[in-house]
Amino acid sequence: MADLLLDIRNLHIEATVQAPGERPHDIVIVDDVSLSLEKGRVLGLIGESGAGKSTIGLATMGYGRGAIRLSGEVWLNGRNILDGGLRELRRLRGREVTYVSQSAAASFNPAKRLMEQIIEAGLEHGVGSRRELARRAVQLFDALGLPDPENFGLRYPHQVSGGQLQRAMTVMALVPEPDMIVFDEPTTALDVTTQIDVLAAIKKAIRETGVAAMYITHDLAVVAQVSDDIMVLRNGRMVERGTTDEIINSPREEYTRALVSVRSIEHDEKGLTDTPVLSTHNISARYGKGAQVLDDVSVDLHPGQTLAIVGESGSGKSTLARVITGLLPPISGEVSFQGRRLSPALSGRSKDDLRQLQMIYQMADVAMNPRQTVGTIIGRPLEFYFGLRGRARRARVLELLDDIEMGPEFIDRYPAELSGGQKQRVCIARALAAKPSVIICDEVTSALDPLVADGILKLLLRLQEREDVAYLFITHDLATVRAIADSIAVMYRGALVRYGPKSEVLSPPFDDYTDLLLASVPEMKIGWLEEVLSRRRMESAGN
Amino acid sequence: MKMPLSAMIGLAVSGAIFLAAILAPLIAPYGMAEIVGDVWEPASSAHWLGTDNIGRDLLTRLIYGGRTTIFIAMLATALSFSLGSFLGVTAAVIGGWVDQVMSRLVDLMMAIPSLIFALVVLSVMPVTLPVLIIVMGLLDSTRVFRLARAVAVDINVMDFVEAARLRGEGRIWIIFREILPNALSPLVAELGLRFIFAVLFLSTLSFLGLGVQPPASDWGGMVKENKDGIVFGINAALYPAAAISILAISVNLVADWVLNRTSDLKGGRGG
Amino acid sequence: MPMVLKLVAQRIALGLLLLLAVSVLIFAGTQILPGDVAQSILGQSATPTALANLRRDLGLDDPAYIRYFRWLWGVMHGDLGTALSNGQDIATQIGERLGNTLFLAFWAAVVAVPLAITLGLVSVRYRNRWPDRLISTVSLASISLPEFFIGYVLIYYFSARHQWFPSLATVYDGMPLLERLRAIALPVAVLTLVVLAHMMRMTRAAIMNVMQSAYIETAELKGLSAFKVIIRHAFPNAISPIVNVVMINLAYLVVGVVVVEVIFVYPGMGQYLVDHVAKRDVPVVQATGLIFAAVYIALNLIADVVAILSNPRLRHPK
Repeated sequence: MADLLLDIRNLHIEATVQAPGERPHDIVIVDDVSLSLEKGRVLGLIGESGAGKSTIGLATMGYGRGAIRLSGEVWLNGRNILDGGLRELRRLRGREVTYVSQSAAASFNPAKRLMEQIIEAGLEHGVGSRRELARRAVQLFDALGLPDPENFGLRYPHQVSGGQLQRAMTVMALVPEPDMIVFDEPTTALDVTTQIDVLAAIKKAIRETGVAAMYITHDLAVVAQVSDDIMVLRNGRMVERGTTDEIINSPREEYTRALVSVRSIEHDEKGLTDTPVLSTHNISARYGKGAQVLDDVSVDLHPGQTLAIVGESGSGKSTLARVITGLLPPISGEVSFQGRRLSPALSGRSKDDLRQLQMIYQMADVAMNPRQTVGTIIGRPLEFYFGLRGRARRARVLELLDDIEMGPEFIDRYPAELSGGQKQRVCIARALAAKPSVIICDEVTSALDPLVADGILKLLLRLQEREDVAYLFITHDLATVRAIADSIAVMYRGALVRYGPKSEVLSPPFDDYTDLLLASVPEMKIGWLEEVLSRRRMESAGN
Repeated sequence: MKMPLSAMIGLAVSGAIFLAAILAPLIAPYGMAEIVGDVWEPASSAHWLGTDNIGRDLLTRLIYGGRTTIFIAMLATALSFSLGSFLGVTAAVIGGWVDQVMSRLVDLMMAIPSLIFALVVLSVMPVTLPVLIIVMGLLDSTRVFRLARAVAVDINVMDFVEAARLRGEGRIWIIFREILPNALSPLVAELGLRFIFAVLFLSTLSFLGLGVQPPASDWGGMVKENKDGIVFGINAALYPAAAISILAISVNLVADWVLNRTSDLKGGRGG
Repeated sequence: MPMVLKLVAQRIALGLLLLLAVSVLIFAGTQILPGDVAQSILGQSATPTALANLRRDLGLDDPAYIRYFRWLWGVMHGDLGTALSNGQDIATQIGERLGNTLFLAFWAAVVAVPLAITLGLVSVRYRNRWPDRLISTVSLASISLPEFFIGYVLIYYFSARHQWFPSLATVYDGMPLLERLRAIALPVAVLTLVVLAHMMRMTRAAIMNVMQSAYIETAELKGLSAFKVIIRHAFPNAISPIVNVVMINLAYLVVGVVVVEVIFVYPGMGQYLVDHVAKRDVPVVQATGLIFAAVYIALNLIADVVAILSNPRLRHPK
């Protein structure tokens, strides 16, 4: 293999961590991982949080965050970079290998203009003169679709949008003409409709410059669009490696199969009933004296069904939840529950109104009081609404724990002792404890790894079947919506753009925004990105 | 949960000083105001630390002086702490104009350095123990207020507090069951720092002749009494000054440990 | 960049408003006691008639707010009133003393600020290694030391045991600069030690905070040397927090001056204030208190203005 660029052999990475009040101890982050990358190829590293994928990415530059120890060999351009000193490493960082991080917004120095930062590495390593580098940057701005390419570099980071910054960081990685770029979750923090542009820009840049890349992500559907090969990691070990086609279409390992088939939950749409359990009528709302964030929103939620509210950041979907719960009284319109009007403000609602409407949050960590045990967290609604105490309360808590597939031993644990999925389950149990007819689920799976999220969705569906509870499901993730919704409301900038039963909302003809949204959700299919892009080109050509 | 050596030393030393203060009448070799020798006698077997500017036993004075210092500092801390944390949490939970008025008032009080403010007030007030304690307590409560409010505001916007509100819990439950248990650790760490500040502040006032008035005396006052000997190479004033430093350092070591332990914890337990 | 100017103007206006409120507070603080100035002047044995006469002469029969405005009017025109204890004009007395105090504070700042920032940088450079640990342990201890302990220890060793420096910081008009500096060497040392630990710890925290930003990692991944990373990327973002730290500590220094002047019998504002608090000379206490508060507010104001000016989001709005 003459054009071998990167060859990692038996990489082993350990870190010393010290939990407060405990002795420092060592943990293994990466355990005996070997991989190689040829010039001009793209390798996808995929895995859930804690898989060690970012650590491996940084190890190709001999870099480690915090107190970590690397052992093994990292051969780059024919030498083991772990043998050289810091000087050697500096010579390759920003020259042979460059890096694109998840959050470009934090990775640009807020006090300097973009251009200065973008050409800095090239100048440092003597790749070209200031003028040559700037010209290359402007060409790349243009190629990646950034606005006003000539003057774009004069701006400061806070003056451009998140999606643009992410592309600017890709330009920064390309300017020194590196042999390889490490992309570390470059589209994870973006909205789907922005993600597709950035993804297309990255793919175009890779193809046109012939640079090799390591693309790190937790989203298999994304990585399938850009990489030639994929390596699946779990808990710091390699699970499987193959060409993208092999991994997507014929995975060998069970774990990979689970990742590929994630979100393939099938859920048959239920027919609408006569009377909705919860309705909003022409709701408009704003925070304080700010701009209006909800405009004339009317939706119905039917008993025992799921209404999904879909939208990107800033669409007003979470504000709608705040209005329904009474945290934010609307400026006009009203909320009705089981046919009667609910008080707009929380303080005007009866205890039974409150009981009937429960909520589950996105961040389960902060949704539970860290000073209360699981028993107290689940038990408090039982005591508060039904007056259950002592043994009866404990018995009911144990039943609820069983419902969420957690054993009785968890009753005395604190939230900090639970995993992310377990925390979310406890929050579900707390909501169920009140025996509500409606549960508002605010992005409940978006902070979780895909497999864990799948488990939570399945649990929610099963509980709905049994308890006949209705869900108002707020999410930005259309795949989740397909999996569990009966009806769907698509929101954009505070207004409803499309609303109806799932089958209708997801069938053409579409309005522009829903079309864009649907087309932007990555599919677990090789070539999906090209299909979407060529369809877009055809549409714009046809217009 | 292992305690670092520094915190253990701090705990042992401050414990010993507190114990000596409590047991003063039992362990002090002489009477507090008793003149037992010449002026500024050097250390001897009869007077371990020598005698002071009018011939009183320095060790005895030191033990009794510690009593006064610790007693006043503790009361002032208790006052500043209870007042500051109660008002701070209340301001955070109620919010709105109540919070605005209290916060701006505190800003105003903090715009004047504490020592200057205390001097201004003490220039017209009779310098008695209750006045000292109240002035010190009130001035310092502004700092506790700020911390308590900041901590409570952070907790107040967390989802679990919102969840309690949505459940229909009352304000009492929210303050005492949701917010206070989570605000406690940073506040307790601050308690130690406020105590040190009170000790130093009181000592400074007494040193300036505006704190504890003769014939009673605290450590700061003892420094003042004996300071004239320093230029003649008589180190009597250094003992009470060193005592203040040792107490402050040892409490600081403990507070630092508590602070480190709780700041990383983010309200969680164990791991 | 009108946005920034507007914010700076707002902040300065707020500072002036605060100063006004502080003057009310200081005035009110001296009105809360049962006795009054006339009583203080004449003593407990004064006859009621004599008291009444003096009260009338001093204008004490007017309501408090009238006296406040009269006082404020005077202050704004440089008239700080006359001292009760010796009948002299306060403004003249303060003039020279203020100069002395600023001289002392200035030299303490000249020594302490660069030293603290350097130590802070050393601490960050060797974080969690022995220089950092040593600096942090020593500073934790020195935060706990009262000014007079440091002061008398220095006097004990450097004046009483070895006659290297004078124990009394006597200065007079026309004193040559070098002699003057020698006279204030010990007070400057005490002040430096007092603020050094605080300033150093806060500088360390401020730089550490910047060094943990993602853009520092970006710079390191460009292959820049540690020095370039600090100069090009950390420093521009650390200026504002460091200026803030320096200003807070200079404000702290102004207060430390009071005690240090008493220790070394230095003829400055602090000594003047403490003497007249003991004499219950209210007009002097009001005047000096107001000046101390004004300096304190001004230093905090500078810190805030620098923070506004160095914020790129405000300098280059969208």
